[in-house]
Amino acid sequence: MQAALFYGLSIVAIMCACGVVVSRNPIHSVLFLILTFFSISGHYILMNAQFIALVNIIVYAGAIMVLFLFVVMLLNLNKESEPHKSDLVKIIAATSAGLFSLVLVGVLKGATLPAYEGMMDSENGLVKNLGRVLFQEFLLPFELSSILFLSAMVGAVLLGKKNVQA
Amino acid sequence: MLTLSNRKKVMEQEKLSFSEKLYLPVIAKGLLITIKHLFKRKATIKYPEQTREFAKVYRGHHVLKRDEQGRENCTACGLCAVACPAEAITIVAAERKPGEEHLYREEKYAASYDINMLRCIFCGLCEEACPKDAIYLTDRIVETEYEREDFIYGKDKLVEKIDQRIDVSKRKIKSEFYQPIKN
Amino acid sequence: MGGFLLSKTILIVIIFVITLVIAMYSTILERKFAAWLQDRIGPNRTGPGGILQPLADGVKMFMKEEIIPANAHKFLFIMGPMLAMTTALMASVVIPWGKSLKIGDFVMDLQVADLNIGILYVFGVVSIGVYGIMIGGWASNNKFSLLGALRASSQMISYELAMSLSLVAVIMSTGTLSMGEIAAQQSGWHWNVFTQPLSFIIFIICAFAETNRTPFDLPECETELIGGYHTEYSSMGLGFYLFAEYINMFISSAVMATIFFGGYNMPFLDQLGLAPNVEALIGTAFFFGKIAFFILFFMWVRWTIPRFRYDQLMNLGWKVMIPLALVNILITGSVLILRDHFNF
Repeated sequence: MQAALFYGLSIVAIMCACGVVVSRNPIHSVLFLILTFFSISGHYILMNAQFIALVNIIVYAGAIMVLFLFVVMLLNLNKESEPHKSDLVKIIAATSAGLFSLVLVGVLKGATLPAYEGMMDSENGLVKNLGRVLFQEFLLPFELSSILFLSAMVGAVLLGKKNVQA
Repeated sequence: MLTLSNRKKVMEQEKLSFSEKLYLPVIAKGLLITIKHLFKRKATIKYPEQTREFAKVYRGHHVLKRDEQGRENCTACGLCAVACPAEAITIVAAERKPGEEHLYREEKYAASYDINMLRCIFCGLCEEACPKDAIYLTDRIVETEYEREDFIYGKDKLVEKIDQRIDVSKRKIKSEFYQPIKN
Repeated sequence: MGGFLLSKTILIVIIFVITLVIAMYSTILERKFAAWLQDRIGPNRTGPGGILQPLADGVKMFMKEEIIPANAHKFLFIMGPMLAMTTALMASVVIPWGKSLKIGDFVMDLQVADLNIGILYVFGVVSIGVYGIMIGGWASNNKFSLLGALRASSQMISYELAMSLSLVAVIMSTGTLSMGEIAAQQSGWHWNVFTQPLSFIIFIICAFAETNRTPFDLPECETELIGGYHTEYSSMGLGFYLFAEYINMFISSAVMATIFFGGYNMPFLDQLGLAPNVEALIGTAFFFGKIAFFILFFMWVRWTIPRFRYDQLMNLGWKVMIPLALVNILITGSVLILRDHFNF
């Protein structure tokens, strides 16, 4: 049952991820990306990491992708306005991407994954345990990242504000 | 600043008071007002079962009256057509032949009397202009039609049937606001 | 296992049917209520007192011609209303409809899934609820639809933030994310609305914005946008969108009743000494009473106050609701710490 779900979700995720890259219409790309997020959330749930699964949906699928969709819809991209790239650029892009994937495959093939040593606790992903870990073991990095977010927010507000003096 | 009429008033948007800025008290006030209407008597008249009472001065479908002996009152004098502000009335006059005395009251009568109901504004001036008590506006509703031609009412629709007299006594009672023009 | 599956299936079907029926009857209730508030009597011709009106409306919707605009994106155009409907229906899974029933040895929970992250699940469903509107609006290939969709999505994203922040305070004071547990904690008179009134006010305002209802119904503001995101829709597509709105209203009423007004808990019910099953059913009925009240409240507000201007809406969301929610969190946190400290 679990394996079937895993394979099903993986196939959906990979197909959708390919769809993001392949589809010509940017709106389709965004929608495929959303589907990818959903299948990844499904994976999280399979790992009993409900919190991450839902936060993934709320934050990525529910907020960030909406903004993406927003922008793409307003851009009104279509085939006519698509910038035509020269063949040289295409060839260069294809080669570099191919090389990169080659490197990735090589690295992953050579790597030996260390076996997970701790007890695989199915309760790990639940909110209670996650919160405990975040606020005890990893308190400093957690708070630091929140400061990072805060500064990013302040920066965004500043950038978004009209320049009063000029 | 001096203005021509000296009546210029500079309006200033009033600042909202604190409770208004909170929105909620004002919204609550509005909610109270609307909920009060829940318990009020409903103004609806359920039409086919109930009908709205016509106003006493309702002016609808015209009627061309006959006298007690069933003779048409109209003498085709044309005063109604002249009075009509919408120019809705067209009359063709004819002379009464001997032997038609039971049909028409006087020597002259209207061979045809058309009112274009699309033009008519139901002002009632024809009724006021009529010296012979012939035309009245009644509280009947002008029916809907599908063709424009059907709205031109001829004598067949206007003259009252002998056996179906139409009561116009309501129109004959002049209201207290009515002041006939005297000269 | 078989019994479990069977009971869940029955429950899901029942909830599904109830949701649809309530949404259906909300439409007639809305019209009736509007009429009453305006000194009219409302639709009263179909069936006694007009109770068959929703069926007539449904039949009409089905019979209408389905028009897909020539330049619309066909697939997404059809997907839009489907998504809107699906996401609207999904949230009902985590709502505890009542205490568990005992039938012989078998215990039947009146909650489809008591996720231990129930509230987050609600947020998740709400946050993807935007897509139905957005996709439909964009696929129509009509500027009014697009503008309506943009308004809807930016409004929903903005108010989602304040909504979740307002609930954070509740989560802090209850100490759980599970809807079932939140409902169970509020037995008797321990309703959360008394401990978290500010949170409730913020939540209900955001619920109005999330369901796109007056005073925040700018996405379908007729005077500016014709019909908003569903301008191009006809037949059942339109029906689904309108239906989704009512389902959303029902679900958010249910969420509000669960989180703030004690869910299925009825004060003094346990003192009557009734059989547990009867008690559970009365509780459920009481819960639906609360939901009905909130639905009526939604309508009551709709026929009372006019629409906000768009900048007012955004100001309210970002400059009032979110700071208030943050302050609320701060207050709740300090009270909790003080309580721990002084043990009261």
